[in-house]
Amino acid sequence: MQNTPQRAVNWSRIVKESLVAGLIALVLFFELVGVRVVDNPGGLGLRSRWLWLLIAVVATAVGRLLLAWRREILNNRPVADLGLTASDSGKSDSRIQIFTRYVAPLLIAFALTLPMMPFANRYIVDIATLVLTYVMLGWGLNIVVGLAGLLDLGYVAFYAVGAYSYALLSTQLGWSFWVSLPLAGLLAASFGILLGFPVLRLRGDYLAIVTLGFGEIVRIILLNWYTFTNGPDGISGIPRPSFFGLPFKRHVPEGTDSFSSFFGLDYSSMHRIIFLYYLILLLALLTNFFTLRIRRLPIGRAWEALREDEIASRSLGINPTNTKLSGFAIGAMFAGFAGSFFATRQGFVSPESFTFIESAVILSIVVLGGMGSQIGVVLAAVLLIGGTEMFRSLADFRMLAFGALMVAIMVWKPRGLLSNREPTVRLADHPEEPSPDLVAEQKS
Amino acid sequence: MAGLGQGGDVEYFVQQLINGVTLGSIYGLIAIGYTMVYGIIGMINFAHGDIFMVGSFIALMTFIALGILGGIWLPLALLVTLLVTMVITAAYGWTVERLAYRPLRGSFRLAPLISAIGMSIFLQNYVQLLQGARVRPLQPVIEGHFILMKSAHFSVVLSYMQITIVLVTVILMAIFATLISKTALGRAQRACEQDSLMASLLGINVDRTISLTFIIGSLLAAVAGMLFLLYYGVIDFYIGFLAGMKAFTAAVLGGIGSLPGAMLGGLIIGLIETFWSAYFTIEYKDVAAFSVLVLVLIFFPTGLLGQPEVEKV
Repeated sequence: MQNTPQRAVNWSRIVKESLVAGLIALVLFFELVGVRVVDNPGGLGLRSRWLWLLIAVVATAVGRLLLAWRREILNNRPVADLGLTASDSGKSDSRIQIFTRYVAPLLIAFALTLPMMPFANRYIVDIATLVLTYVMLGWGLNIVVGLAGLLDLGYVAFYAVGAYSYALLSTQLGWSFWVSLPLAGLLAASFGILLGFPVLRLRGDYLAIVTLGFGEIVRIILLNWYTFTNGPDGISGIPRPSFFGLPFKRHVPEGTDSFSSFFGLDYSSMHRIIFLYYLILLLALLTNFFTLRIRRLPIGRAWEALREDEIASRSLGINPTNTKLSGFAIGAMFAGFAGSFFATRQGFVSPESFTFIESAVILSIVVLGGMGSQIGVVLAAVLLIGGTEMFRSLADFRMLAFGALMVAIMVWKPRGLLSNREPTVRLADHPEEPSPDLVAEQKS
Repeated sequence: MAGLGQGGDVEYFVQQLINGVTLGSIYGLIAIGYTMVYGIIGMINFAHGDIFMVGSFIALMTFIALGILGGIWLPLALLVTLLVTMVITAAYGWTVERLAYRPLRGSFRLAPLISAIGMSIFLQNYVQLLQGARVRPLQPVIEGHFILMKSAHFSVVLSYMQITIVLVTVILMAIFATLISKTALGRAQRACEQDSLMASLLGINVDRTISLTFIIGSLLAAVAGMLFLLYYGVIDFYIGFLAGMKAFTAAVLGGIGSLPGAMLGGLIIGLIETFWSAYFTIEYKDVAAFSVLVLVLIFFPTGLLGQPEVEKV
């Protein structure tokens, strides 16, 4: 291939493009980057920072230059080098399947042994717990979005219902975590039914907005209903979980045992952290197991059929309202479980934890992971939550990078990181399945 | 709640009507951006509320800069601010479309929405990072008012600012309606809305039309941002989220894809919000707006002025 004559890189075009990009950047950044509003004694004033502006504009122009250069190089490659995309996609599909088959058990084994690893300090286990919380939320939402195909932008509302259920049941009635957990899930599921019943007839985007509105309504009510939720101050003093009645405390009343004294261990604050970690791991794996199983039941198949083609499934006798409602309620239930866990882990809940941004984060984990892909959710949660958590020291840039990352991954891989969609039913006569890419998306 | 109780009820009502129409005009201007984009590419441009917020900030900075230069006749200064705000905000709208949405055209349905949410988070944090998280108060610029009605307890005030807002909105709407119904650009825009493949076969540059749609939407959002700044006097990086949500509600309420519907929806949402805060509780005004949205979608799934959508097999 070396002897194929290379077309010359069109430098004048590249330079022109980069200059145009720089010019646009100048317009965009001139005020917001180049100048900052400051409070002067006599009112608002401005302070210039032309250096920032210069850096931003030059960076944009250079970035554009590099992109254009890369594109020219790729365009100039001989055709034989490009490879056939059709065979490529089939290959990558089977690669993903192999990846899923072998990596999933490895990941579970890693998750189980993580707290015993030599590098696992308190910080690592804490982050792992946080990531697992989002993995669980992602798997829960995956039932709604990935399987049932319902776009839910207010998922955090059910998370909030779960968290507040446990917070109120435990602080007001003194109920223990294990009794409250199923109740919190049930309450969240009832909320799902309550909301879903009127709105599930709506088409995708309308549904998204109504769920978004519902999420905001729940937050506003939590914020303003002082007598019940204590408003913006939140509920504190939520009991920490105990190991089946054995509290994780250094000092316990006479005649009772704590976790450490019962097992004859030295007291360590790590015990609770590790217990919480295993608790969320258990809850998350339960969610995963449930999803994998329910996909093979009639109801799970009905969800997927409805996602692919509503009219066809209707004509086959599937009741769309009931089917969607069950998906919505089950997804909400898992959010409720995760919410209870969140409340007991933090010991404190307030409406601040349940803003729209949380819903957006959970949804982006599902979509970035590749909708319907269980392992993709894990990958996306580790990347987004773990990644941004690692950069907590750059607090201000964290969310900025988060937003940019969401856009970048979508542009780079619109179908998510692991977009392989494993068919649940295979026809025996046709061992060669059509590639999932060829299966048309449900048209909006 | 002043004036309630002993007389002045009518006056109080009229005052709320005026306030509601003013707020509704701003929502309507933003709602048009949502409805146009939805009409042409069928996506919820989640970042549109943040474009409005960026417009508001640019208006603030331009206005301060002109004030520092000093000695400019106020209406001229406002006009210059308006133009600068429109140009820069439109550049933002165009860039957002180019970077985050165009590469995803023809991709599956959720991808552009996620990309838009990412863009919205990015823009909010971008402004917060560069301009600080503090609320920015601006001294009132357009002062003075008429007193329309007067009773013993309450007088109805119509400020010059409110007149300006409604007037600017009406003028923009007139220009905009002409643009859509009479010009070649408007025809191309409507053609792409109906069938972009067919339009492209007939020689319409679809990408360019979509870009222009984003630019027009951003221009209107820029004006709304500037009016919001002048009316309320305080802005922060978070105003885009709620205003965007309400404007989207307005667009859906009026029937998404319908331009008069967006304006009507904006007015209704503005009125509901104002009356709810005036007669019930101010804390739950957002709940009221969203509840109306849910009710409308249940009983008129296509909105008030929307075309019913026929689903084909």
